[in-house]
Amino acid sequence: MTLLDLEQIKDKEIAGRKKIVLRCCLAAGCTSSDSKNVKARLDQAVVAAGLQDQVEVRGVGCMKLCCDGPLVQVDPANTLYIKVTADSTPSIIAALSGGKSDLPQGDPQAAFFTKQLSIVLANSGVIDPERIEDYIAADGYLALHHALTEMEPRGVVEAVVQSGLRGRGGAGFPTGLKWSTVAKSPGAKKYIICNADEGDPGAFMDRSVLESDPHAVLEGMAVAAYAVGADQGFIYVRAEYPLAISRLQIAIKQAKRIGLLGMGVFESPFNFNIDLRIGAGAFVCGEETALMASVEGKRGTPRPRPPFPAERGLWDCPTLINNVETFANIPAIMRRGAEWFASIGTEKSKGTKVFALAGKIKNTGLIEVPMGTPLRTIVEEMGGGAPGGGAIKAVQTGGPSGGCIPAQHLDTPVDYESLTKLGSIMGSGGMIVMDETTNMVDVARYFLEFCMDESCGKCVPCRTGTVQMHHFLEKILAKKATARDLTHLEELCDMVRNTSLCGLGQNAPNPVQSTLRFFRHEYDALLQPELHSGGNGVAQPQPLAGAK
Amino acid sequence: MGRLKLATVWFGGCAGCHMSFLDLDEFLIEVAGQIDLVYSPIVDCKEYPEGVDVALLEGAICNEDNLELLHKIRARTKVLVSFGDCAVTGNVPAIRNQLGPDNTTNVLQCAYIDNAQENRRLPTHDGIVPALLARVVPVHEVVPVEHYLPGCPPPADRIKAVLTQILAGKPPHLEGAQLKFG
Amino acid sequence: MAAKTLTVDGRQISAENHTTILQAATDAGIKIPTLCHLDGVYDVGACRLCLVEVKGTTKLLSACTTRVYEGMEVTTNSERLQKYRRMTLELLFAERNHTCAVCVANGHCELQALACELGMDHVRYDYCSPKWGVDATHPFLGMDHNRCILCTRCVRTCWHIEGAGTKNVAGRGTKSYIINDLNEPWGESETCTSCAKCVLSCPTGALFHKGATVGEMERDRSKLAFIVNAREKKQWVV
Ligand SMILES: Cc1cc2nc3c(=O)[nH]c(=O)nc-3n(C[C@H](O)[C@H](O)[C@H](O)COP(=O)(O)O)c2cc1C
Ligand code: SF4
Ligand code: SF4
Ligand code: FES
Repeated sequence: MTLLDLEQIKDKEIAGRKKIVLRCCLAAGCTSSDSKNVKARLDQAVVAAGLQDQVEVRGVGCMKLCCDGPLVQVDPANTLYIKVTADSTPSIIAALSGGKSDLPQGDPQAAFFTKQLSIVLANSGVIDPERIEDYIAADGYLALHHALTEMEPRGVVEAVVQSGLRGRGGAGFPTGLKWSTVAKSPGAKKYIICNADEGDPGAFMDRSVLESDPHAVLEGMAVAAYAVGADQGFIYVRAEYPLAISRLQIAIKQAKRIGLLGMGVFESPFNFNIDLRIGAGAFVCGEETALMASVEGKRGTPRPRPPFPAERGLWDCPTLINNVETFANIPAIMRRGAEWFASIGTEKSKGTKVFALAGKIKNTGLIEVPMGTPLRTIVEEMGGGAPGGGAIKAVQTGGPSGGCIPAQHLDTPVDYESLTKLGSIMGSGGMIVMDETTNMVDVARYFLEFCMDESCGKCVPCRTGTVQMHHFLEKILAKKATARDLTHLEELCDMVRNTSLCGLGQNAPNPVQSTLRFFRHEYDALLQPELHSGGNGVAQPQPLAGAK
Repeated sequence: MGRLKLATVWFGGCAGCHMSFLDLDEFLIEVAGQIDLVYSPIVDCKEYPEGVDVALLEGAICNEDNLELLHKIRARTKVLVSFGDCAVTGNVPAIRNQLGPDNTTNVLQCAYIDNAQENRRLPTHDGIVPALLARVVPVHEVVPVEHYLPGCPPPADRIKAVLTQILAGKPPHLEGAQLKFG
Repeated sequence: MAAKTLTVDGRQISAENHTTILQAATDAGIKIPTLCHLDGVYDVGACRLCLVEVKGTTKLLSACTTRVYEGMEVTTNSERLQKYRRMTLELLFAERNHTCAVCVANGHCELQALACELGMDHVRYDYCSPKWGVDATHPFLGMDHNRCILCTRCVRTCWHIEGAGTKNVAGRGTKSYIINDLNEPWGESETCTSCAKCVLSCPTGALFHKGATVGEMERDRSKLAFIVNAREKKQWVV
């Protein structure tokens, strides 16, 4: 494989394109509402109408407005059909030749679409994720070629540093810094891991990226491997994502076949293989040290850091671990330059962020917006507010480890620092909208229960502290708790945060603490008065009659 | 200066703590002048009096009677001391909690039917066996408690240490081996 | 070997490179409470009792897994740490059924001893009172899951001192428990060599010799460290 080969594939692909393209979403959201069948029926209808020379029906990845799926987009007419059924397919084809159709349509000019800025999702819903040619036609693997043939590994690391990219897996650690640490770590053998364990309830950003544009992740990993000196990569993807797994398998096979992975990539001395590791559904296995234990075939439990994976990771070798979305940003950064990337977003949070918009909101689905976009823009303009026009009460970000941001803070720009300041986190990108009917204590209980169930059981505070926090919340909700219980709960939150071994336990109190911060009155309203005064060991005894 | 009004109470426990209390031997005589024992299994008094200074509470809270009495005690007492492991932790009486929410049925069945020699029937008449609580709990789970005196039973010298400090007007403080459960 | 100088609780001490804070403090006669640490096996940092404050970081670090460095300033016993430790013990006592009065290890239990040492005189949380069983299938050893604190000392001892690999952890969260092989009854384990080193390692009454009386539950754990020392450093005298 050479640059020339790559260009030939691209040219051939573009030359073979038909005049009209019907893009039919085949990502998990739409396939769950029968889009596979829609695609098959569209194919049939095209043949029946004798249009196969002019019309291509392309199975694509996520087209973002998941709540209205199955989605079919017609190019170049820019018509978006929503809630398409198999039976409505003939009428879509008829409309191509000027027939009138009264099928439900979405508005491609709606704020939901126009306020998006696609870097990570640029190919999502556009290319056929199962065809490497389609990815190459969208300038795929040019970034890898550029890195391998025109740059030193050090230069690649430098570019990532310059871009200001930060990890999209939760903590927002500067990606360039991580890469340079791994690059500098001594060791003949190094590994790259892509964290595709995405375990937050309500989050499906990484799944969509893998299902819609798997090659972008592979290419990002390959660039990283070159930059840090690794020759083996693993993608750790959860078993609950069968479609993502199958698309990754296809993509790896295709890339290997044409020499974009494997020995001597682009006929250079660079070797890089990628294998999949399938997670068995433990949330904690998204934590990097637990994930690595799991890849090694051990019980997936975290271990104390340091040493960090960058120094001692898989099988004690220096290991670079990044999130799916982090890797998916890399090809664009390499192609378009660090400066371009750094020009998007805020001072400390560069680029875009993909969010999975869910909960009490009209438009649920996937959005990618520049860092710094106000929450209000996302929730009200793009998301269309609560269905039925009710008032929005809070937005939960960061998944079970995140926090609830109350409506009065909706003007907060979405970036790492601002969300942290409000007691929440960016997290991996789950965004759950709550309306005025939501009971915030119950929300806290729900997320805490998730952490309690998902605790790996290794360290005491998380394993059993979450159980006791849960007891307290149940007691409060059952209107059996007193102010004394609430004090104990708060004390426990502080203890579990500060003493737990890994991020799961350290962040498990977030839902409780953040709802307490903004919605304490809801807790107070559920408390019962103390039957007796007395201090439970805290109060000093009264001066005693008869004391000497 | 008035005398310290002391009560000792026997909830769900084996009376071992009270035995240990009696093991105080001559200390009991020593302090007799400073204490009025106003309520205790070893005192003939049916109603828990008002205005008690200190109560030593032995035993876990196991049944409705315990519960009712405990609330009364809290309302009428300045300082509560959880006296012995059953009061502090639930201890042996609380083992039945492991049998789950239906444990009361199981426990009664076991005591009055399965292991009974004769007269096998459940005591259902009012006023015979008070209704068991679904969960046996330590005292401080029901009402606030000021001090803890663990041990099964707490040895006499530990009780002495607490009483001495209380009589000296100090909040009792135990540490090290004096705190041992079991 | 390069020595490092550090300050622990205001005292200057020196320690060899690569030693842990726990080791360095212990050598200097400063006691840090531990439960999952056991001389002779590697550390996992699970019980969180040995957490200490280190100047320069807001995170609390487990002394058993954190290596010393030059100029490190460690506080092992602040009010806050004491409070967290007591809470950790409360959580452990509430998690399973630690009825000291009727436990074989009464008086020889590290959990019980720590409660005394750290002044934990009562538990403010609801006792979970779970129903855990006793595995009495082994001819002369037994396991009472009610007393287990999941410190995994037995697991590490079984794998790394005895090399049998019988013991392991199954389940998640508070439902985790110690298993033999692939969750076989202990008596049916094909890998267990009946060496009883796990009993020696156990801090509580979870692992015991059948028929042992309370008085017989005193365990000389230095034997484990002795074996490891003999094996790795060829030192045969303690
Ligand atoms: C409990 C827990 C779960 C996590 N789950 C994920 C996950 O599903 N996906 C992910 O990318 N990172 C997850 N992380 C973060 C990873 O540990 C790690 O920081 C991340 O993969 C690093 O990649 P990044 O620098 O690209 O963000 C999790 C962390 C914790 C503590
Ligand atoms: S914090 Fe929770 S998930 Fe993390 S190591 Fe401790 S028990 Fe396991
Ligand atoms: S059985 Fe003992 S040694 Fe093993 S994990 Fe439980 S408490 Fe620790
Ligand atoms: S002894 Fe260090 S965490 Fe348990």
